[in-house]
Amino acid sequence: MTAIQRNNTINLARLQSVIALVVLCTIIAILSDKFLTMDNGWNVLRQIAVNICISVGMTLIVLTAGIDLSVGSILALCGAITAGLLKNGIKLPSADLFIGFTLLGALLGGIIVGSLLGWFNGFVITKFKVPPFVGTLAMLTIARGLTMLWTQGHPISNLGPSFATIGTGWLLGIPVPVWIAGIVVLLAVFITRQTRLGRYIYAIGGNENAAILSGININKVKLIVYSIAGALAAVGGIMVTSRLDSAQPNAGTGYELDAIAAVVIGGTSLSGGKGSIGGTVMGAVIIGVLNNGLVLLNVSPFWQQVVKGAVILIAVIIDKGGNKK
Amino acid sequence: MLIAQNITKKFAGVTALNKVNLELHPGKVNAIIGENGAGKSTLMKVLSGVYTDYEGTIIYNNEPLKLTGTKDAEAKGIVIIHQELNLVPGLSITENIFLGRECCNVMGMLDKKEMAQETRTLLQKVKLDADPGQLVGSLKVGQQQLVEIAKALHTKANVIIMDEPTSAISDKEVDNLFVIINELRSEGKTIVYISHKLKELFTIADRFVVMRDGCSVESGVMAEMTQDELIRKMTGRAVNGTTSAATQTFTEPVLRVQNINLKSASRHKTNVLTDISFTLHKGEIVGLYGLMGAGRTELMETLFGMHPKRASGNIFVNEKAVQVQSPIQAIDQGIALVPEDRKAHGLILDQKIKTNISITVLNQLEKWGIVLYNKKETQLSKEYIQQLGIKTYSENNLAGNLSGGNQQKIVLAKWLATNPSILLLDEPTRGIDINARFEIYNLMKKLASGGMAILLVSSELPEILTASHRVLVMAEGRLTANIPIAEATESNILKHAIQHNITA
Repeated sequence: MTAIQRNNTINLARLQSVIALVVLCTIIAILSDKFLTMDNGWNVLRQIAVNICISVGMTLIVLTAGIDLSVGSILALCGAITAGLLKNGIKLPSADLFIGFTLLGALLGGIIVGSLLGWFNGFVITKFKVPPFVGTLAMLTIARGLTMLWTQGHPISNLGPSFATIGTGWLLGIPVPVWIAGIVVLLAVFITRQTRLGRYIYAIGGNENAAILSGININKVKLIVYSIAGALAAVGGIMVTSRLDSAQPNAGTGYELDAIAAVVIGGTSLSGGKGSIGGTVMGAVIIGVLNNGLVLLNVSPFWQQVVKGAVILIAVIIDKGGNKK
Repeated sequence: MLIAQNITKKFAGVTALNKVNLELHPGKVNAIIGENGAGKSTLMKVLSGVYTDYEGTIIYNNEPLKLTGTKDAEAKGIVIIHQELNLVPGLSITENIFLGRECCNVMGMLDKKEMAQETRTLLQKVKLDADPGQLVGSLKVGQQQLVEIAKALHTKANVIIMDEPTSAISDKEVDNLFVIINELRSEGKTIVYISHKLKELFTIADRFVVMRDGCSVESGVMAEMTQDELIRKMTGRAVNGTTSAATQTFTEPVLRVQNINLKSASRHKTNVLTDISFTLHKGEIVGLYGLMGAGRTELMETLFGMHPKRASGNIFVNEKAVQVQSPIQAIDQGIALVPEDRKAHGLILDQKIKTNISITVLNQLEKWGIVLYNKKETQLSKEYIQQLGIKTYSENNLAGNLSGGNQQKIVLAKWLATNPSILLLDEPTRGIDINARFEIYNLMKKLASGGMAILLVSSELPEILTASHRVLVMAEGRLTANIPIAEATESNILKHAIQHNITA
């Protein structure tokens, strides 16, 4: 009996976010004739793509009852590393060494650094039992500092047309970032629903002690999850850098909060074990549409932040109300 | 006197209590008896102000009573001590007792001296030898329970409801609890006592109310009842008690442990387990008895690889020396552990029955080495639901929605799925009703006759005597006896269980 009700409330929560999105779109469309155009649609999706990549990684972590505050900084560092490798390669004047990078090599370099930093987050959390909030807070500062060191505080720009394709190009009539985000989402949905790793992620968040006793190597699972989140932050960093044709040292500041907001609006429980990638995608879309609408409606940037915060709050309160029953 | 008349309570259309009538007499211990799901807890929550939306009337000291909440109940002298204790482990005994009603001096500051003094008096009354400043988290469960009682006394409670007060404490602590209950009774307090342990009820209770399927079936004086009659009234049918089979001999060792030692986590020089050696044979059920703190659970955990850093000793599976440094390695050796606390360590309550059962064997449910084979998973869980008689309409029901007995069967199912040769059961029947209990005993027999070796930890002597082929007794971290079932009696097992306590 209760299970049927529970399932209904889950569906209802899904429905709620869909309704919220429809209402939001309707209001904006009435107030602005630019909103419902193809151009604007692709624009919104392209902007959301970065947040979706980060939010997907964040969802996996939150499902294990963790959190990752460092994704914004990792995004900046990896974007800068890719840009730097592509443009300047690695020079060691003392050893008279120069390594140049192809586009693919530079991309891989950024993503590998991202997953290593994520792995390090996981290592600190599992090995030294540092709470994820604290461990990743430290990484937030460390990665930002490393970004400053790598860029010497200056943007790395003019990265060439082929690199720019990643952020601005089109493939089969769909922007490349949307392709990337779509693939990331599909992979994550597959992992969470159809693989052992996915089950273990939910099990750890649902009851860590029971997971340990069931023979799950929870440290390994956490290491994998934090590494994935780091790698996805790097992918986001590459997309941001490519779109601007420039790696900004202060890129991605506050992105972790947008990602957490998307996760929470999407109905994933911060205490772990409950939630879905689909929910997070909805959350990210709602935030993206809201951002876009506020800009189209010429709302002052200061008010934009107030409105965004209020929407997050309302979404979570409605979600709680649904859970209580 | 507290009288409840025609109490009906519904949850979303499901009737949990159906016109229940109840009379609680002051100066008496009133036992509420019934299987799990009979409505005992719901009724107690109505009486203690947790649920306020019920139909029917409650009359307390000849006046109608309509509680607005638990605070209101407390103010009127009705206090409930839950099965899961409601104390804050990080606060001291005094702070817990005075939580929410702290004494202040004229300056508006906490009057610590006064509170500590009062606490000392209360602790004396409940015979707890502890300092008022001691953290509650450092006390044993039995001691924490006494703090709860002290807290109830402090609020000047007249009606004290105890929900399964002995489910987690040793026999010695039970005796102490009974002494305190006797004193409270002689002071004219109304005690409500809920327990599955019938033997206890015959010792302590004056009156009884039997509940079944949300109704109060019968009430009366305890002394006029027999155990069999009570069981019949609870279940609505006679239970065929199974007694242990004739003595069998077992020769093929499956698990042999040698000189297991476990260091204490807090005090490094002391041992929690000392020189434990025994053998478990194929097809044999060995009962392991010990008082609270004897180290039974710690032994099970050590055998399951949960204390790799503190444990030492040799473990042989099928006469081959093996390393058991983690649950993963233990599972690889064919060992399975059904833990003591199924909610905290056994199940993921928010997830489906199916997911809970398959979690231990997901690697066998994959195709192409990566994708979960959902059909196989559903099939597996359906098999176990049927085999163990788990009562649910679907394998997609959430584990948390089931009763204690059915939850325990899910934990059993997830371990049986690993096809273990050694099954460690830690208090497998705690808090579950009589029928489910016998189902679990029968299941153990079936598994043993199929060749499984079972180590059964229990704090209930009748359970040990009913289910085992052989009895091991522990006291203070040592094995003190190894008794064939034919020679085992409650008194000689108990003698070995307290032996060390006497000499120490």
